[in-house]
Amino acid sequence: MASAPTPPTNPYRLLGGRIPYVEGPLKVTGRAEYTDDIQRPGLLVGRLLRSPWPHARLRSIDVAAARALPGVYAVLTGDRYPIPFGVLPITHDETAIAVDASRYIGDIIAAVAARDEPTAEAALALIRVDAEPLAEHADPRMGTSKVTDPIHAKGLAGTNIQKEVVQHFGDVDAAFARARFTARVRGTFAGVTHAFTEPMATIAEATPDGRLTVWSATQVPHYLHRTLSEVLGIPMHRIRVIKPEVGGGFGGKSDPLPHEIVCAALAIETGRPVKILFDREEVFYTNHGRHPTQNEVRVAADAEGNLLAYDIEALIDGGAWSSFGTVTTYYNGVLAMGPYRVPNFRYKGRRVYTTKPPSGAMRAHGGTNIRYSIEVALDRIAEESGIDPFDLRERNALAPNSTTVNRFEITSTSFLECLSAVRKASDWDRKFRQLPYGRGIGLGCGFYISGSNSPIHFTPKMPQSTVHLKVDMDGGIAVHSMQADIGQGSNTLLAAIVAEVLGVDLERVHVQRVDSDVSPVDLGSYSSRVTFMMGNAARSAAEQLKGELITAAAGLLGTPPEEVMVGHECFETRGPPPASVPFLEVLHRAMEAKGALTASGSYQTRPKGGTFKGAKAGTAPAYSFAAYVAEVSVDVETGEYRVRKVWAGFDCGRPLNRLAVEGQIEGSIHMGLGQVMGESMNYRGSRLFNPSLLEYKIPMPQQMPEVEILLVGKDDPEGPFGAKEAGEGPLIATLPAVGNALYDAVGVRFTDLPITPDKVLRGIDRRVAERRAWKGA
Amino acid sequence: MPSRDRLRFRLNGQPVDVFCPDPRILLDLLREDLRLTGTKRGCDLGTCGCCTVLLDGRPALSCLTLARLVESREVTTIEGVTPPQGLSPVQRAFVEHGATQCGFCTPGFVVTATALLRANPHPSREEIERAIAGNLCRCTGYTKIIEAIAAVGGR
Ligand code: FES
Ligand code: FES
Repeated sequence: MASAPTPPTNPYRLLGGRIPYVEGPLKVTGRAEYTDDIQRPGLLVGRLLRSPWPHARLRSIDVAAARALPGVYAVLTGDRYPIPFGVLPITHDETAIAVDASRYIGDIIAAVAARDEPTAEAALALIRVDAEPLAEHADPRMGTSKVTDPIHAKGLAGTNIQKEVVQHFGDVDAAFARARFTARVRGTFAGVTHAFTEPMATIAEATPDGRLTVWSATQVPHYLHRTLSEVLGIPMHRIRVIKPEVGGGFGGKSDPLPHEIVCAALAIETGRPVKILFDREEVFYTNHGRHPTQNEVRVAADAEGNLLAYDIEALIDGGAWSSFGTVTTYYNGVLAMGPYRVPNFRYKGRRVYTTKPPSGAMRAHGGTNIRYSIEVALDRIAEESGIDPFDLRERNALAPNSTTVNRFEITSTSFLECLSAVRKASDWDRKFRQLPYGRGIGLGCGFYISGSNSPIHFTPKMPQSTVHLKVDMDGGIAVHSMQADIGQGSNTLLAAIVAEVLGVDLERVHVQRVDSDVSPVDLGSYSSRVTFMMGNAARSAAEQLKGELITAAAGLLGTPPEEVMVGHECFETRGPPPASVPFLEVLHRAMEAKGALTASGSYQTRPKGGTFKGAKAGTAPAYSFAAYVAEVSVDVETGEYRVRKVWAGFDCGRPLNRLAVEGQIEGSIHMGLGQVMGESMNYRGSRLFNPSLLEYKIPMPQQMPEVEILLVGKDDPEGPFGAKEAGEGPLIATLPAVGNALYDAVGVRFTDLPITPDKVLRGIDRRVAERRAWKGA
Repeated sequence: MPSRDRLRFRLNGQPVDVFCPDPRILLDLLREDLRLTGTKRGCDLGTCGCCTVLLDGRPALSCLTLARLVESREVTTIEGVTPPQGLSPVQRAFVEHGATQCGFCTPGFVVTATALLRANPHPSREEIERAIAGNLCRCTGYTKIIEAIAAVGGR
């Protein structure tokens, strides 16, 4: 929808504008190739036997009958490739196939490769599993003390605690003792899941030259590459990972997943290409979505509304594996460190294994649930102190070039500009507490990392992103990098940066499919790192080419190189006399000495953060900031409500592709609305009972509000062309803006998400029973 | 081939005559047998709309359609709504308005929107919302999809 006009000062030809996706024409015609579209000769069908038990010891698995079935090429069980793995090197607790125990309903306990689907299904039905049920652990609260049959041997001292984080900066108790205002919020958050439209899909093929090729719908081809090597025992250089087009990820395709390894293993066993394609139920059971969480936040402020302290606890339901969980546990605390100054801070977070589908990283990972509780607590402090919610936040905003109490370096921030832009656009001062009963307006804010300062694999020390360029005499520029476009538009940005620096048309630049044989390592699409890191690497590579071309152009123009400028598809000199030479002519001159031009650019973060345990969690080369206002209307008879409009003030530094940034913000708002309004992984005990897109309630087009985007960021000093992230941060503020708007509408604090109409109605009834009046009702 | 395993229908304007024993599903026939992979498989259960094709000009979920039922009828897939060169107006609008992100839902939306605009060349926002209600997009929040369709309809 409407976004602020392009600042008149845009010095760039392409960047800062609205750049349609370079692969758009392929996507709108069905010609973009996703993993399941790839055909290989003699392709076998891989199928997985999944556990019906929440927790069971696997005594024996009899696969003889399945193996004997005609048309079956291989049957695998966990003993064949038992090497544990996991996305974080410090918590390897997954195996490709369950080895001795199955830990959630849906855990893989055997795999089959067969000539077709019916045969594969028939083979699975012939596998006999002798399992002994073990204690089910559905409730994370119970897992914090000693349990029988802990889910993993690695749990803390006989409990199911996977990770415990305790942090204390300053003196929280003293701060509370001198506080004038305090607020406490206990938040409960159902698990939510990514629900990307493309189900997981992998094809693997082992060839007689001793190589293995894996095509997979993955966000992080590099970690998949490493993991395949570790678990299969094949050196990385003999494995080739290809990322075709990916139909959405949102974090759900960022772990190396067991089926990817199983698919490769089946290909090795059979010597034939094998495909594993998930059905929708398998996608739900594989999950890795946002953790079901309970948190408690206490906030202290002085008489003027200056924040004095946060005291936070979080209990995080991890499901069966660690996944990104150690990071999650830190993030649920430290991602409360902005966008406000918090001089005293205490956090205790525990992530507990349960016998449920694993939780993992989901868009705005670790920053979403805690943010909801904080922003609701601030709304309460504002109410109690009589300070306007905007004024309260303005007063406490982190300043540019400041350091948080846990040593995050805040460089650029336009948080104040976000606040003032949405305050004005939403007509806040005339609406807040003044709309009629049933109508309401609320403010929610947020901040997020723009890439993680410490990569997951920190040894050996290598750049986080590398980009290669090659230009031959045809004048086309081939770009290689393992950055993973999963729909966010990173291929387009990569092309646009190269074209911008070299002054050429976008159509000259061809971003190549990710292929580990030729793409240099970039760590992939997670933690909102791509624009920032790949962008810097691309810029550096393009600048090198530019240098060579300018030297050649200087020769052709007969001027010193310092006087040569990049023009549009040419190089020029102001003269006198002014002159220019076409790009292709300059290129051919530059190639005389060595043929095709190549360049390699890279980006590495500078060390940041403190030295205490866990100090690196949440450190980033930059942070994005957000202030959102939501306006809602509630049907007080039914509890149904509508979010009518969202004003999204966002600081992503300089937006490089406005079309993509808007798309990220609109999509984030939709996803955030899903979590606040209706999405929920519904469990009875450990059993998920809504594993379908029909029963998992994603907002319909009719529920999508009008969105007004206000991009107010200023150039970030380290970001490429001043840019910061816009892929995850835009989700966070959506939830508290709606929660606080509902309070303004009906006078009830909702802290149990999703806020479904029945909860709204019960809240209103409770308020009425307590005889608390609200806006005349 | 035995005539009961034979299926004849028009596909993207051309007659086809294929071996198709029951109970073959239309989506499988299109993607697996005829290798028309533009039509996407997002759920196989009628809950995502990625597999939308036109059946006698009306949107239908190919994952819920028994192939047998298209006998003698006209099926149009994303390949069939794409001109031999360049893009259709709907497709061009989707690209220009940023209505495609990951693109996996896009063929379904393009097919749905094409049918809508043929039946109702100037749909209102509400009519667009209703027409696409069976298509899931997890990336765009629908905003730019609705904008793109509205733009083609001149609203
Ligand atoms: S695949 Fe047909 S509706 Fe999802
Ligand atoms: S563009 Fe990704 S689901 Fe619609």
